[in-house]
Amino acid sequence: MGFRTKSLLKIALIFILAAFLAFSLLYGIKIGPYKQEPLAKSIKLGLDLQGGVYVLLEAEPKPGQELTEEKMNSAVEVIRKRVDQLGVAEPLITRQGSNRIRVELPGVKDSQKALEIIGKTASLRFVGPDGTLILTGDNVRDARAIYGQANEPMVSLKLDDEGAKKFAEATKKYLNQPIAILLDEEIISAPVVRAVITNGEAVIEGLESIDKAAELAALIRGGALPVDLVQREVRTVGPTLGADSLAKSIAAGKIGVILVILFMILYYRIPGLVADIALMIYVMLVLAIFIAIGATLTLPGIAGFILSIGMAVDANVLIFERFKEELRNGKTLRSALDAGFNRAMLTILDSNITTIIAAVVLFYFGSGSIKGFAVTLIIGILTSMFTAIVVTRMLLSNIISSRLFVNKKLFSA
Amino acid sequence: MKTYKIMERKIIWFSISLAIIFAGLISIAVHGLNWGIDFTGGTILHYSVGQSYELTDIRKTMTDLNIKDFEAKKAGDEGDELIIRTVVLTKDEQAKITESLKGKFPKLELIRAEKVDAVIGSELRRQAIIALIIANLLMLVYISFRFELKSGIAAVLALLHDVLIVISWYAIFNVPVDSSIIAVILTVVGYSINDTIVVFDRIRENMKTMRKISFNEIANLSIVQTLTRSINTSLTTLLTIIALNLFGGETIKDFTMALIIGIVSGTYSSIFIASPLWSMWRKGTKTA
Repeated sequence: MGFRTKSLLKIALIFILAAFLAFSLLYGIKIGPYKQEPLAKSIKLGLDLQGGVYVLLEAEPKPGQELTEEKMNSAVEVIRKRVDQLGVAEPLITRQGSNRIRVELPGVKDSQKALEIIGKTASLRFVGPDGTLILTGDNVRDARAIYGQANEPMVSLKLDDEGAKKFAEATKKYLNQPIAILLDEEIISAPVVRAVITNGEAVIEGLESIDKAAELAALIRGGALPVDLVQREVRTVGPTLGADSLAKSIAAGKIGVILVILFMILYYRIPGLVADIALMIYVMLVLAIFIAIGATLTLPGIAGFILSIGMAVDANVLIFERFKEELRNGKTLRSALDAGFNRAMLTILDSNITTIIAAVVLFYFGSGSIKGFAVTLIIGILTSMFTAIVVTRMLLSNIISSRLFVNKKLFSA
Repeated sequence: MKTYKIMERKIIWFSISLAIIFAGLISIAVHGLNWGIDFTGGTILHYSVGQSYELTDIRKTMTDLNIKDFEAKKAGDEGDELIIRTVVLTKDEQAKITESLKGKFPKLELIRAEKVDAVIGSELRRQAIIALIIANLLMLVYISFRFELKSGIAAVLALLHDVLIVISWYAIFNVPVDSSIIAVILTVVGYSINDTIVVFDRIRENMKTMRKISFNEIANLSIVQTLTRSINTSLTTLLTIIALNLFGGETIKDFTMALIIGIVSGTYSSIFIASPLWSMWRKGTKTA
């Protein structure tokens, strides 16, 4: 096989790989047990793009009480339980710092209702079968998951003195009847009273597993939580605005890419075309990486991505300008190409390092949406180093050896 | 190769930049920066009104509800959207505004609402300052091992120039400063240093081969040799951000505009600020 054929084959291989990437992003692929949904289905959208609610809650302990790690974790459980009622597909509930909880609910339609449900003060009530209130969360001192004598999971309850008194009366009155435990109007447990309890220490039996017991204990503790949750930051985006932002930024991205592609072809001809192919591969690779790492695409994230598209061809501009200069100095296509790449390399590294420094700092110190911008910028820069340098060089070098184009004018000299 | 007398006219370039920065500083002195709710705390209500409307009607509604501290502006492609910015409102106050407006404009819909407490704002401010200091220190470290002292100082001053120009834009046009300004400044600083590096690398290269000509001429020549590069790299980046600014929707307009200003300023400063500064200082020293 001659070196010309070899070069042509290499070019073809790059095109086939690119086409495969394009196909799998557009239609999804299935290889054996591995299955990948198409891009439109598999990429996660932030709540600014699909609408939703973001709330930052801050726990404030009631007077004279302290905020403990345990209380915070219980509060998270309570919020989780409440969010479950909303039927959100992928809610995100995370602790932030020592006293805050971040709640992100993408795709929530009725944001007002969601905020109300999250925001209401925990109300834990013990209610008799006839509906009379026995005691409230204020009387609950502690609740824990424990194992009974036969190793069965159960929840132990400790009440304060006032609660113990009330509970003693109630257990006498409702012996062999169920007492419902309600958290926010929802019955979380309805144990049947087996004995009169006077010391304020009860157990709830009949739980499926120790995990269930732990969950119930956390909910009871949470319901009795001596903290108030203040909504420090609330951001809601309606689904129409989200969809609108997504459509607009995609349209803007397309226009931007087309302008860059046209500019590169018109200005740099064959090398420009090669850079454009590398750019398309770049766009597809970044999207594939987003899917692979499960990154959430936000509006600033898309902005960062589109910005990185412009920056991705920067490396090519630097290389091609050197390349042209070397051609003007009378070098052959081959040696001008090598010189162009080698001499532009340091500058390309410089530009990428400085932008990465900025992006990494942004990532560490930025808040939610700014982080999205930083992440896409970092992924973009690293990927563009590969496409703008490796892919472009491979294509150009093989085009030159294949002698597909030999006229120096086509190389914009 | 044809060169331009860029060094010789440095007074003009410096004056243009200083005039813009001066205007920015005056604006800050007169009305301060327009801090957005991210930093000060407050509420933003973004409505789709569903019809054309007058801002005076909106202002009247707000004053009738006894809300004094607010700012209302039109938004959207057809100007049928409304953005109201106020101090922190309670849920009830917010509901009342929506209700009253809905009374006037039946098709009105709340499409975005943001509330940030002042506590969060001040934390964000502190975070932003830390981020800016750390990023710039890291840049300084990078610059100091990448350049010799005089070029390094010139490069840093050019960066400072870009940051001041971006801030001046926020000040002169009274653009709300929200948390995205951190992203803008860091991106601009990271981006702008590159153009300067390209020019300074070329200056260093030319210094080795051309011993007889003056620093001004070396700088002028280096700028011309790298001009296409500087312009084209900025242009490709600008093409994408301008598209985003024009077609990307209301929410990121200010953000992308600030990036455009910063990138243009970054290209300008590497040619018209950093290089003349370098040549000015080199003139004082005799050895090449």
